[in-house]
Amino acid sequence: MRDFGDYGGRYVPETLIPALDELDRAWQEALADNAFHAELHHLATTYVGRPSPLTLSERFAPGKKIYLKREDLNHTGAHKINNAVGQAVLAQRLGKRRIVAETGAGQHGVATATVCARFGLECVVYMGVEDMRRQKPNVERMRLLGAEVRGVDFGTQTLKEATSEAIRDWITNVETTHYLIGSCVGPAPYPELVAELQSVIGRESREQFLAAADALPEAVVACVGGGSNAIGMFRGFVDDVAVRLVGVEAAGAASLGSGRTGVLHGARSSILADDDGQVADAHSISAGLDYPGVGPEHAFLRDTGRAEYRTATDEEALQAFADLARTEGIIPALEPAHALARARDLDADLILVALSGRGDKDLAEVLDRLNTA
Amino acid sequence: MSKKLVIYLMAEPETPDLARAAVDGGADIIELGFPFSDPLADGPVIRRAGERALARGMRTAQCLDVLARTRELVGDDIPLIPMTYASLFEAYGWDRLTEAMHANGGTSMIVVDVPAGERADLRRVQLIAPTSTDERIALAGEQTDGWLYLVTVTGTTGARDDVSPELAGLVERARRLVNRPLYAGFGISTPDHARAAGSLADGIAVGSRAVLVAENGPAALRDYVASLRAALD
Repeated sequence: MRDFGDYGGRYVPETLIPALDELDRAWQEALADNAFHAELHHLATTYVGRPSPLTLSERFAPGKKIYLKREDLNHTGAHKINNAVGQAVLAQRLGKRRIVAETGAGQHGVATATVCARFGLECVVYMGVEDMRRQKPNVERMRLLGAEVRGVDFGTQTLKEATSEAIRDWITNVETTHYLIGSCVGPAPYPELVAELQSVIGRESREQFLAAADALPEAVVACVGGGSNAIGMFRGFVDDVAVRLVGVEAAGAASLGSGRTGVLHGARSSILADDDGQVADAHSISAGLDYPGVGPEHAFLRDTGRAEYRTATDEEALQAFADLARTEGIIPALEPAHALARARDLDADLILVALSGRGDKDLAEVLDRLNTA
Repeated sequence: MSKKLVIYLMAEPETPDLARAAVDGGADIIELGFPFSDPLADGPVIRRAGERALARGMRTAQCLDVLARTRELVGDDIPLIPMTYASLFEAYGWDRLTEAMHANGGTSMIVVDVPAGERADLRRVQLIAPTSTDERIALAGEQTDGWLYLVTVTGTTGARDDVSPELAGLVERARRLVNRPLYAGFGISTPDHARAAGSLADGIAVGSRAVLVAENGPAALRDYVASLRAALD
């Protein structure tokens, strides 16, 4: 699929169009190729650690049954590896031996550096210097894995500029390089490609939930920055019309809740921008949600009413982070802590939450905030 | 026929005077950048110029005002081409901004992140790149408004040491597929570059270096443009 209603498209310089066409062709061929699916399945089970478990949490939100889809237990500690593995296989089908990526929280950067190490690919990761400060352990991990981390020191110095720089690198080195984008954003076919690679989350969850609860959830809740873990989860339930799909954005980065239609990083979607279309700064304690854009499919799901989008503040996310650690023995990443914060006060009792990553990377930031509070 | 010289300037309060100086130095066409916060196709020089313009309050209305004042200063015969990104159109309204650009003295437009085939109803100067397939070159040639912009490098805007070796092949393919004037841009900054690129294409476009020189005022820009003009003729 190329567009999602009026959203999506290819708003990029001409230089990239042939590469996007080439990627789209390779992707369609791969989808029709049993060997591709077999390779992905093999890597998922022997390298990523799939299927990830479903954990019932009863102490975090007394009175509710909240099931956690444990993407935090994947290799590298987040859902990002699902996409990175798939695109690395695709890059090899394209004959591209150099990979560029952007990263915010560092989880996608680590996942990309990991698969590049696994397949012997050259890896360059762009990261805002503000995020490098916030997510230092992930910077060290990427370097240990053999990736080159290039700091981006202009503009917001976060994911927005890192993404722009990764795209500029791709424009310059497109003949040899695959852009391993980390979320369901960017020019077509990326939003569809990433959603498909992440849809394993929703497929597994639906099956596991039915087995565990003998019913479908009343609501499925996931955090939304670019929105890849949410779209992967939602795809498992989008046809179950009785199941509510709830996306949770950071209050200071609510591209869907407070945004307007605009064009950012190659796609038409809902973005945080001023009246003139200049992209606004997002603000979130969570580097992974600190992004003024969102995948075009989410804008479409919002407009059609199939999914609802809410927000959680930094404080609510921090509280949920601390509470899940104390009540369930699970330290979540700050990103899914936003989903947990809204899940616990949702008017539903049987809930599935995408626990998209683990919180080790956030410890320094969180301890700093909790101690000064 | 003499080769055309296209000079890019970022829209700022001083730009009308700078554009006049560029024309005095021998520029045939002026591209006027409307700054965007996330300019994917631009290298550091134009990105920084855009950041500076935005920090000085250069939003769409102010840019249109600069466009109108530039038109007054350069007269009616110099094409003035607004060059920007899709997000500005999305916010202002595609038709409304197109009409406002024309009403304020604009001649066509360039929208860097709307490639040929997208928004076919939007009349604009199309760009082709060394990576473009023959099919896409033909499509861009069909849809372009006037001349065709040849992006000489696989890369972003900004000065390079030499004119791209990719340009000759791109010109050769475009000549075969398109019956339009071909102007080459990206990475052209010196009189030597101008001479080399001008020997292949029908004109050249200079952006990043012109933006840098413009920081030294109209006289410096006029002399710089004159040096390019002399190299082309």
